[in-house]
Amino acid sequence: MDLQIALLLGQDGVVNGAIYALLALALVLVFAVTRVIFIPQGEFVAYGALTLVSLQAGHAPGTLWLMLVLGAAVAAIDGPAAWRQGRRRLAGLLGRQLLYPFVIAALVLGAAPRDWPVLLQVALALVIVVPLGPQLYRLIYQPVAEASVLVLLIVSVALHLALVGLGLLFFGAEGSRTPAFSEASFEVGGLTVSGQSLWVIGASALLIVALYVFFEKSLYGKALRATAINRAGARLMGISTTLAGKLTFLLAAAIGALSGILIAPITTIYYDTGFLVGLKGFVGAIVGGLASYPVAAAGALLVGLLESFSSFWASAFKEVIVFTLIIPVLVWRSLTTRYVEEEE
Amino acid sequence: MKKVSKSLLAAAVAAVCATPALADLNVGVVVSATGPAASLGIPEKNTFALMPTSIGGEKINYIILDDATDTTTAVKNTRKLLTEDKVDVIVGSSITPNSLAMVDVAAEAATPMISMAASAAIVDPVDAKRRWVFKTPQNDVQMSTAIVEHMINAGVKTVAFIGFADAYGEGWYREFAKIAEARKLAIVANERYNRADTSVTGQVLKVMATKPDAVLIAGAGTPAALPQKTLREKGYKGAYYQTHGVANKDFLRVCGKDCEGTFLPAGPVLVAAQLPGSNPIKKVALDYTAKYEAAHGKGNTSTFGAHAWDAGILLQNAVPVALKKAKPGSKEFKAALRDALEGLKNVTVSHGIVNMSAQDHLGFDQRARVMVKIENGDWKLIQ
Repeated sequence: MDLQIALLLGQDGVVNGAIYALLALALVLVFAVTRVIFIPQGEFVAYGALTLVSLQAGHAPGTLWLMLVLGAAVAAIDGPAAWRQGRRRLAGLLGRQLLYPFVIAALVLGAAPRDWPVLLQVALALVIVVPLGPQLYRLIYQPVAEASVLVLLIVSVALHLALVGLGLLFFGAEGSRTPAFSEASFEVGGLTVSGQSLWVIGASALLIVALYVFFEKSLYGKALRATAINRAGARLMGISTTLAGKLTFLLAAAIGALSGILIAPITTIYYDTGFLVGLKGFVGAIVGGLASYPVAAAGALLVGLLESFSSFWASAFKEVIVFTLIIPVLVWRSLTTRYVEEEE
Repeated sequence: MKKVSKSLLAAAVAAVCATPALADLNVGVVVSATGPAASLGIPEKNTFALMPTSIGGEKINYIILDDATDTTTAVKNTRKLLTEDKVDVIVGSSITPNSLAMVDVAAEAATPMISMAASAAIVDPVDAKRRWVFKTPQNDVQMSTAIVEHMINAGVKTVAFIGFADAYGEGWYREFAKIAEARKLAIVANERYNRADTSVTGQVLKVMATKPDAVLIAGAGTPAALPQKTLREKGYKGAYYQTHGVANKDFLRVCGKDCEGTFLPAGPVLVAAQLPGSNPIKKVALDYTAKYEAAHGKGNTSTFGAHAWDAGILLQNAVPVALKKAKPGSKEFKAALRDALEGLKNVTVSHGIVNMSAQDHLGFDQRARVMVKIENGDWKLIQ
């Protein structure tokens, strides 16, 4: 193995690691705020990428119908309460859950997004997939928000299986790719760097900075942090844990869908790709103890690099090596941190 | 009013109970229509809907169950078909591990079974259990021979192998290595990747470091495109070979221009229209593609669905023979059907010509495979 190969592998590892890092951040965020281990995180990766593929092929993506159905369900459940709370509340709810999906559906069916520029298509794919996050939170997690971590985990597994099944129904069994955002490639010290991999790294870095600013500077970000630190205390301060949950899932869905859209030109995405990608992000998040954002991101980068180098040395055992990483990390964490009984 | 609905209910119950009537012939089908092998199982499932609903004047019921590409579910479904639906013959499943597990169940119930999975181990050797089992897809060894033959003729001396890290890749490597060794073809690299991998850069760099004359990629469906695209991106200039596992339209769509000039062995049904008119397979294969495309759109036929169609053709030839000896639903009929399947001679199916014997429960010869090249985004017959 010479320097050239090491550099190529390193580059590959960093690009994959950047995606894992985004997913790791989303997983840490969701867990910190809602105590949900969000296994379906990966499904948003596949949904984001494949929705974009459908739009580019000129089909109406299945996720569009899912958004319509979930919107109607949320409106039906929350309608009576909103009705009692006044006309403004009701109008807001109906606008978000019924009008918005119909406007998007009309846009997809009527405006032929097939011929749009790529960035507009990406935006359209995002506005279709991202609302699924808060909708699923409202329908699936909110009714059991106070349950134990174990119950929430079981709910996550069930939701994951349901979403994978829907993915197969919506997008079929075979994979797809999207055209690259940029065909450019650069020569850096004898190493060819593709424009798309710069997009991935750049977008990931930008998103991480944006999340930092959001949590440090904005009121909503501070509210989320407060909820993560102490749910009861945050509620006493007038922060709605329901709103915090929805906001968290909105962010998680956005990060997931964007990750999928970023890697779709580099690799083939299948309806079930998300699970494995999400799982590797999860390994990164575990390195950070599901609590620390910078350590989780670093852990995810480590997973990407480890994956890349082990695929060179021992390709048949690549997954074994990557997932075995979790054992020494858990041993080390359990030796160095004090175990705190979860408050019931 | 109440009385009417009650009697209606009774009639409905009676009708439901009477479905596996003794007179009908019940075919139990297990396919992997969901899960990782869904790209094989879905066209197979679609194909059963196109099959004739009666053979030799006997009404046929196809009872189709999905095993979700899971071995346990495949076995469970097989038992359900045998005990609840009282099927006379089992067709399935789509992949090798599931089919191997089903062999025991079918043999235990003394029921003939036709597998749609590739591995030779399903029907070979024909022992006490496997005497009940037949299969329609070509053995990997037949396809490997075709590839090695083509490589030798093209002057290839060294070859690198990249395959799935599962039974498919492992099986291919074993067969390919055996034949390559016999023909003095050196395998300089042996790499594995997973179906859902997002990157194969490591494997590709290792392969390219050995500077092989050709690369063989052993994957099925669209996942087989990733190594080829990465090899092209990193500038590999040698010859590319794929296996018959990629023979569907989605692979061409995903791989695009990066797959131009790739060679692969395949069942003749893939290039049915290009076969010479003297080839008897042409008519049968075109008949299937026409039927499938009429129902599911032009260009959507895959060779996997054709394996299911071929199982149907075997039944259409064997059932009339068995009907002379016994009535469907009886133990005797199952045994007679098994004997009839084993006795099939010169039956033309969409993938070749079948000559079964007590030692060979596949019955294909070299007419069951052709070499194909990808040209202008389509399959082109080359020999």
